Amino acid sequence: MSNFQYMRASALDEAAAKVKGAEDGAVLAGGMTLLPSIKLGLSSPSDLVDLGGIGDLAGITSAGGSVTIGAMTCHADVANSGDVPPALAAMASGIGDRQVRNRGTIGGSIANNDPAADYPAACLALGATINTDQRSIAADDFFTGLFETALNDGEIITSVSFPTPDKAAYQKFTSPASRFALVGVFVAAGSDGVRVAVTGCGQGGVYRDADLESALAASFSADALADKSVSSDNLLSDIHAAADYRAHLIVEMTKRAVAACG
Amino acid sequence: MTTVSMTVNGKAVSAEAAPDTLLSDFIRESLALTGTHVGCDTSQCGACVVMVDGSSIKSCSILVVQAEGAKVTTIEGLASDGELHPMQKAFHENHALQCGFCTPGMMISAIDLVNKNPDLSEADIRHGLEGNICRCTGYHNIVKAVQAAAAEMKG
Ligand SMILES: Cc1cc2nc3c(=O)[nH]c(=O)nc-3n(C[C@H](O)[C@H](O)[C@H](O)COP(=O)(O)OP(=O)(O)OC[C@H]3O[C@@H](n4cnc5c(N)ncnc54)[C@H](O)[C@@H]3O)c2cc1C
Ligand code: FES
Ligand code: FES
Repeated sequence: MSNFQYMRASALDEAAAKVKGAEDGAVLAGGMTLLPSIKLGLSSPSDLVDLGGIGDLAGITSAGGSVTIGAMTCHADVANSGDVPPALAAMASGIGDRQVRNRGTIGGSIANNDPAADYPAACLALGATINTDQRSIAADDFFTGLFETALNDGEIITSVSFPTPDKAAYQKFTSPASRFALVGVFVAAGSDGVRVAVTGCGQGGVYRDADLESALAASFSADALADKSVSSDNLLSDIHAAADYRAHLIVEMTKRAVAACG
Repeated sequence: MTTVSMTVNGKAVSAEAAPDTLLSDFIRESLALTGTHVGCDTSQCGACVVMVDGSSIKSCSILVVQAEGAKVTTIEGLASDGELHPMQKAFHENHALQCGFCTPGMMISAIDLVNKNPDLSEADIRHGLEGNICRCTGYHNIVKAVQAAAAEMKG
């Protein structure tokens, strides 16, 4: 497939040292994105450092109005968890397919920041904090562009903390071929006000829509969006959907998400 | 090369493998268990699905070294003492396959699904098998077979 060295780390500092010491090291989580990228020649790391043996990177804990999900927690475990906000569990149950959910992890998904991935929208809308081996980063500062994040070279995500929202829901218009979001909108209302995060659409990846947020802050109802439209400037346009169709779906998915908040 | 050891279909196996060997290649080439198929090799089709430590996964998307020490079940490990597994019997009786290429992965996925939730609705089955693509059957008889097997596996 490609000539790389493989190493299974048993502790976080061991993994960090190994990645930093390598010529072109990468951490391996669920491998659902990284291994296909290596096969396709899109990525060719010299060393893969498997995080799968570091027990304390997986698991879900809740305390004081927030829930923390370890970076190596797979999507299936989040989908089946009673401790995470129901909107987050429902979102996780719609990622890819059953086998992808059994292997793919929250840390891998967020580090990868695919412009059509689901977790980045959840992190932005819920105002999550991304914890790494070096620091804590607010979701608002984390997703910096297509497949780009605020992570430094070799920095490892350890967990993601989500404050409990008053209301939240995610609505995804799924691409039937890839199962990623053609358009996905995560709406949350809580102590931070109303937050609306859009995935699958932005030329710069996931983003918050300030206009939809202020309309919903004034009146949290699908009716408040009856005459709303969003501009198709800066939206992705491809064989799956033109920018104006995506713009239409953003409003539609937002209405549905607000309705689903109950 | 490194030595990898695991339990496949109840038997301990150990073999030399390069670090970039996929579990699917190891199963098919080193172990000569060719019931596990490789359709796309890009994580899309589910033909390569095997059970690893009780979860169905795509064996084309995991390195064999990541499965060190694991318990792996492939299609060859389903029948016991010449008796078909209830899922195999149900696929046979409900005409749930035509060319059979998707069938090994489809059955392992379906068994995982039923093991985790014995009370499946038709919608649960269709959602649960989204990772397995079948070009022949139209899925209808597959869903019927999984319903029949689920009833029998519940006992
Ligand atoms: C068929 C298919 C359908 C899919 N559908 C969807 C979908 O609908 N929605 C969706 O959101 N995603 C989807 N995915 C992607 C899936 O969710 C992946 O799990 C995810 O993108 C990557 O997670 P992983 O654990 O597999 O990471 P890996 O593939 O192991 O790693 C991905 C990248 O992140 C880096 N990385 C991993 N963990 C860390 C960490 N802890 N710290 C720092 N860097 C890290 C790796 O070095 C690599 O660069 C799909 C994938 C497939 C194959
Ligand atoms: S061969 Fe593994 S998913 Fe198609
Ligand atoms: S029976 Fe031919 S692909 Fe499913």
